[in-house]
Amino acid sequence: MLTIDWRIRRLGQAVFTVWAVLTLSFALIRLMPGNIMGAMITRMAQQGINPVRARELVELRMTIDPDKPIHIAYVNYLANTLQGDLGESVTYAKPVTKVLAEAMPWTLFVLSWAVFISFFIGIAVGALMAYWEGGKLDVGLTSYAVLMGSIPFYVLAILLLIFLSYRLGWFPSGGRQPTGVDPGFNLPYISGIVAHASLPVLSMLVASGVASLGMRGNSIRVLGEDYLRVARLRGLSDITISTQYVARNAVLPMYTTLLISIGEMFGGSVVLEHVFQYHGLGWYMLSATHQRDYPLMMGGFMVITLALVTALLLADLTYGYVDPRARRAQ
Amino acid sequence: MTRNDDRDPAADDPHADLESAVGDDRDEALETDGGAVSTPFEVVSEYEETRRDRYRKLYDAYVYAPVAIVWRDWRARIGFTIVVLYVLMGTVGTLIVEPTGVTEGPALVAPFETLEYPLGTDALGRDLFAQTVHSTSTILKMVASGAVFTVGIGTTVGAIAGYKGGMTDTVLSSITDVFINIPGFPLVMVLGLMFSDVILGNPYAVGLLLSIAAWGGLARAIRSQMLTLRRESFVEASQAMGIPTRTIVFKEIVPHLMPFVVINLTNSGRKVIFEAVALYYLGILPFENLNWGNILQLAYEGNAHARPDALHWFLVPMFAIVFISVGLTLLGQSLDRVFNPRVRARHEKTSADTAGADDDEPSTTDTMGGI
Repeated sequence: MLTIDWRIRRLGQAVFTVWAVLTLSFALIRLMPGNIMGAMITRMAQQGINPVRARELVELRMTIDPDKPIHIAYVNYLANTLQGDLGESVTYAKPVTKVLAEAMPWTLFVLSWAVFISFFIGIAVGALMAYWEGGKLDVGLTSYAVLMGSIPFYVLAILLLIFLSYRLGWFPSGGRQPTGVDPGFNLPYISGIVAHASLPVLSMLVASGVASLGMRGNSIRVLGEDYLRVARLRGLSDITISTQYVARNAVLPMYTTLLISIGEMFGGSVVLEHVFQYHGLGWYMLSATHQRDYPLMMGGFMVITLALVTALLLADLTYGYVDPRARRAQ
Repeated sequence: MTRNDDRDPAADDPHADLESAVGDDRDEALETDGGAVSTPFEVVSEYEETRRDRYRKLYDAYVYAPVAIVWRDWRARIGFTIVVLYVLMGTVGTLIVEPTGVTEGPALVAPFETLEYPLGTDALGRDLFAQTVHSTSTILKMVASGAVFTVGIGTTVGAIAGYKGGMTDTVLSSITDVFINIPGFPLVMVLGLMFSDVILGNPYAVGLLLSIAAWGGLARAIRSQMLTLRRESFVEASQAMGIPTRTIVFKEIVPHLMPFVVINLTNSGRKVIFEAVALYYLGILPFENLNWGNILQLAYEGNAHARPDALHWFLVPMFAIVFISVGLTLLGQSLDRVFNPRVRARHEKTSADTAGADDDEPSTTDTMGGI
């Protein structure tokens, strides 16, 4: 049985991870060679801001005070971060949390579609492969899965951009919303948003390759079970067997994969949003990296970490409810 | 001992050795008086095993037999050939093909038109074929160091955690879990930026950097396998004999995990390529020598996606990436099939198949959607 003790331990582990990442980012900024804060102050001084004022600005933005002893600066930094103060972005002159909160819905929009579509295609393809195991269709679809698993999604993204957008003109080539349309609940705006999101979503089809191989393996294992023979002997219809017996049991283990992949896609969104110039979380993080906007960069890193930690925690905590067999194993 | 010299399949069969040994013995018995041996307990080895014999046996068991098994699988043949092709391109190729420079040829020559520029040129007139060949050695260095570090750290940490248990396990597992939970690509991005002066012109450092975020999944998997192996009788026997822990773990148990480790080498190699190319494509890492990622970046910045005549500028590095990745995937899958007895048993009934997805638990190293 699942004990309370286990869940609390798992939660503690997630908190520990977040703390470790916060500490790591503090260490990176504070102890890095080249002294990032010094570089920021120098750059502001070059822009004509007097050094005392520049120092104040940098402290405000980084939420790390370079003059205080390291343990006091660390405690201050942790306190600020936990209160949701991630500093102020240098390039946008706005609080980092504000910039990221504005970008977040766009990334979530694309990722949720990408995960669901690639996942369902993966499940369908995997089930087909398992059903005709060893047949021509299986070999063909296996090749599809291997090829999809071997293409980095950004390569597919660039190809889609070249052919579907620049050559055929079916989709907009970049950006996240249509220009010249009033934002709001009107048809042109919503369809424009969908059109802008469709290429990034399609790029995640590569993920369906890996998912389909997983589904195929699960289904084949289920197909060999004795209870399927019993079900057949009982005269249950093929539809009942395939949906209630095979599909159910084969899909359940994919649940963890699904939640993990959401977290991983957050990381991948940096590349994806660069290709399509889609101004979401990843795009801001990359632009911060190029601008040496350390508060924004670290803020993006922390938000993505939080998303991944939460996804993995959810996966572990809820798996017992989704698949009752796992509850006994734990 | 001439029978073993021609390499027939019976060479690695112990019975063949026994037969020939008996045969030799009979020949000798005819020549000698036969009175030397009075009781069976005084028998010493009847024929000397030279150093060469011993090496040949080792070769048969550890090189020839696995390669022969792998070679029977078409996937392995293709994957192995592809990987060897790339290794040749990265080593011999760089010696044959001259490095290219700006305005070496006319801008944007189409591929397969002239022999001088077989894959065409980019917008600055650089030969894309030479760029690809010279990128390969950089990428291969990254792959080598990345795969070795990932698998090395993962195996060591996982093996020690699983074997020792107790406090050691708790500490090591917590560290492992932190690394599994940290989003790998953004972490590598941040670290790459901060350590950019170390990385400049040092592909091995890039491999090491990429392994930092990648070893967690392997360590967890190795640990769980270790938990079952450490109760085996041969381990208990070694413990009873007082063999030091380090020797037991790395000389006796880890070899049993080798198949798993080898398969992970190909997987992490592929991951290193994907991530390294992505990092260079995003322009995060500084570079001295061009690699596939930089070519993609230059093409993107040169607006090659909007220009029909520049399409090959993208396609050449893309093809290089996808082709080696297909090779590594096929190799990994066939190795899995060769090493995994369960898969092997099942495959004796059904022929065409992919084995990669046959683990009991979804492996953390191979999730969908990751880079």
